[in-house]
Amino acid sequence: MGKYIVRRLLQMIPVIIGTTFIIYAMVFALPGDPTAGKCGERQCPESFVAEYREKYNLDDPLPIQYAKYMGQVVQGDFGTNQYGVEVREDLAKRFAVTGRLALMAIAVEIVIGISAGILAGIRKGRFVDNLVLVSTLVVISIPIFVIGAVLQYFLGVRLGLFPVTVSSEATTYELLLPAIVLGSLSVAYVARLTRTNLVENLRADYVRTAISKGLSKRRAVGLHALRNSMIPVITFIGFDFGALLGGAIVTEGIFNIQGVGGYIYRGIQVRDGVAVVGAVTALVIIYLFVNLIVDLLYGVLDPRISHD
Amino acid sequence: MSATTVDTPQEKRGSGSKSKYVPQDGCLLEVDDLYVEFHTEEGVAKAINGVSFDLSQGETLAILGESGSGKSVTAQAIMGILDMPPAKIPSGQVRYCGRDLLTMDPNERRHTRGPEISMIFQDALSALNPVFPVGWQIAEMFRQHRGMNKSDALERAVGLMERVSIPAARERVKAYPHQFSGGMRQRIMIAMAIALDPAVLIADEPTTALDVTVQAQIMQLLADLQQERQMGLILITHDLGVVADVADRACVMYAGRLVEKSEILDLYAAPAHPYTRGLIDSIPRVDQKGQTLAAIGGLPPNLTRIPPGCPFHPRCYLARDICSGERPELRELVPGRFAACHFSEEVLGA
Ligand SMILES: Nc1ncnc2c1ncn2[C@@H]1O[C@H](COP(=O)(O)OP(=O)(O)OP(=O)(O)O)[C@@H](O)[C@H]1O
Ligand code: SF4
Ligand SMILES: [Mg+2]
Repeated sequence: MGKYIVRRLLQMIPVIIGTTFIIYAMVFALPGDPTAGKCGERQCPESFVAEYREKYNLDDPLPIQYAKYMGQVVQGDFGTNQYGVEVREDLAKRFAVTGRLALMAIAVEIVIGISAGILAGIRKGRFVDNLVLVSTLVVISIPIFVIGAVLQYFLGVRLGLFPVTVSSEATTYELLLPAIVLGSLSVAYVARLTRTNLVENLRADYVRTAISKGLSKRRAVGLHALRNSMIPVITFIGFDFGALLGGAIVTEGIFNIQGVGGYIYRGIQVRDGVAVVGAVTALVIIYLFVNLIVDLLYGVLDPRISHD
Repeated sequence: MSATTVDTPQEKRGSGSKSKYVPQDGCLLEVDDLYVEFHTEEGVAKAINGVSFDLSQGETLAILGESGSGKSVTAQAIMGILDMPPAKIPSGQVRYCGRDLLTMDPNERRHTRGPEISMIFQDALSALNPVFPVGWQIAEMFRQHRGMNKSDALERAVGLMERVSIPAARERVKAYPHQFSGGMRQRIMIAMAIALDPAVLIADEPTTALDVTVQAQIMQLLADLQQERQMGLILITHDLGVVADVADRACVMYAGRLVEKSEILDLYAAPAHPYTRGLIDSIPRVDQKGQTLAAIGGLPPNLTRIPPGCPFHPRCYLARDICSGERPELRELVPGRFAACHFSEEVLGA
């Protein structure tokens, strides 16, 4: 196990270097003047341009620029953005909001997705099952910005049940509706995944064994079959957490949430390379760690998987 | 194993557990004119068509027959683990100590599974839950049926694993099913099934998935346990070679019916039904190495369209006109010997 983790961590290094280099190259090697538009309407003064190029090593060859940048990142220094604010501080704030949003979306997936999947699975072919299958299909086929806009309008504007937008405090209550929107697609997947796996496991021999052991139907299904059915579901949810962190950009836009997605989006618009590369680098690293944790979790959930 | 039923009123089962079910005259289980059908898209498959047999304390009853003859369905009907639907039991009784299990309150019946009647399956790898340790799965019997605490129940599990000869049982109690060999897994399955000292143990092809040498060891273990606990043992197999030494009596099934029922030695010495004869002739024999086996020609019937008359007639070497018109009933040829063939006397005499 320990060896496995070390091996995985070592494997991460080339992946991190590769992905961040590509991002770095894409952002800083874009054609055009990187200082364009940084001084309002006017052309930037010579001295500013020189200072800027010096600060970001823009006169070095790309790999050297990148190496110098990563050297700083490794020391925890993500540089400062064009307003002179430390990117690390920005990221900490933004990730706190997006992280909470993603966690809440995961909670929605677990509560709604898994329960709907279980209900459908144990009532296969009956009304509840069809209801779940049809409604999840609907959710899957509608683009998330439509779901977001519709829920925002009806639940937020018309009924006033939820705040329409999220303030900079981003309270849990404010994030509730965005979390439902963000999690909606995954809720549908989780429900279907749970259902399929439960139906399959209910037919398994060991469930028949559980019944012939004199266990109650409830225990045979709710413990023996469900415990096995949850292996792929929990794995999916784990990976999804990583994906939601970076993929919340649409939802964040709709509800005006000051999160990571919006930060990157704005960074690209105003060509704030330091901010973009910093945020994406952090996302990549977090994503890889989430994956590692999920893989380890998978080994715990399914004893047949060995990490030796 | 004893060929006679126990005639002295003996203390009920090994560990002195008290049961509200008391065998009458040593008779544990009576299957009485049982029918099972499966309602599928292709039609109604009549899997069991009027099967009757009984099982006494300390007796080993073999159920023989080709694949698809209804052996497992019979066992599952006794155990109450058929999926209904598609299965349906239109009529018949399964009496345990005089009580009909089929009409018993489902909750009461559930509590007979494990303490009274238990079952082991062919493929122990899929029959054990892959995500729980084997000791936990055995201990679950004591936890759920006896309300025992975790450590006591695990202690009992270790004892059972030792009883079924799992090496280093105490160290392996926390291991998972996939960490054992096929033979060891079947031993664990057996340990779990006998945990609560059941009066009846049903073994559905317990050795089919195993190597030949391991098969013999598992059969020996079952025979020992049966002897030690005076269980009634139902041994299901399509391999007649396996049961000759352990079973007392045998039922031979074809297309969901019993075609022959008798003491196993009589049956091997001189079968009274052409189908049994075919089964016996196809046992591979050590003394006739290299000789081709005389398998029964043709295939078992489609259970949605069982042939009229004797269901076996399309494949029978003895079949005559009457066989396709009139179904032979299971009749007693000599005391204790039953066969369902118009020409049993002829088969016996041959
Ligand atoms: N769930 C089911 N649905 C439909 N038909 C079934 C079902 N279970 C069993 N059957 C049918 O019942 C018949 C008897 O099956 P059974 O499993 O009892 O055979 P068997 O004698 O145990 O054979 P084997 O040696 O292959 O285990 C088979 O023809 C099978 O197709
Ligand atoms: S009744 Fe006829 S067909 Fe059936 S087994 Fe006897 S001889 Fe064969
Ligand atoms: Mg079978």
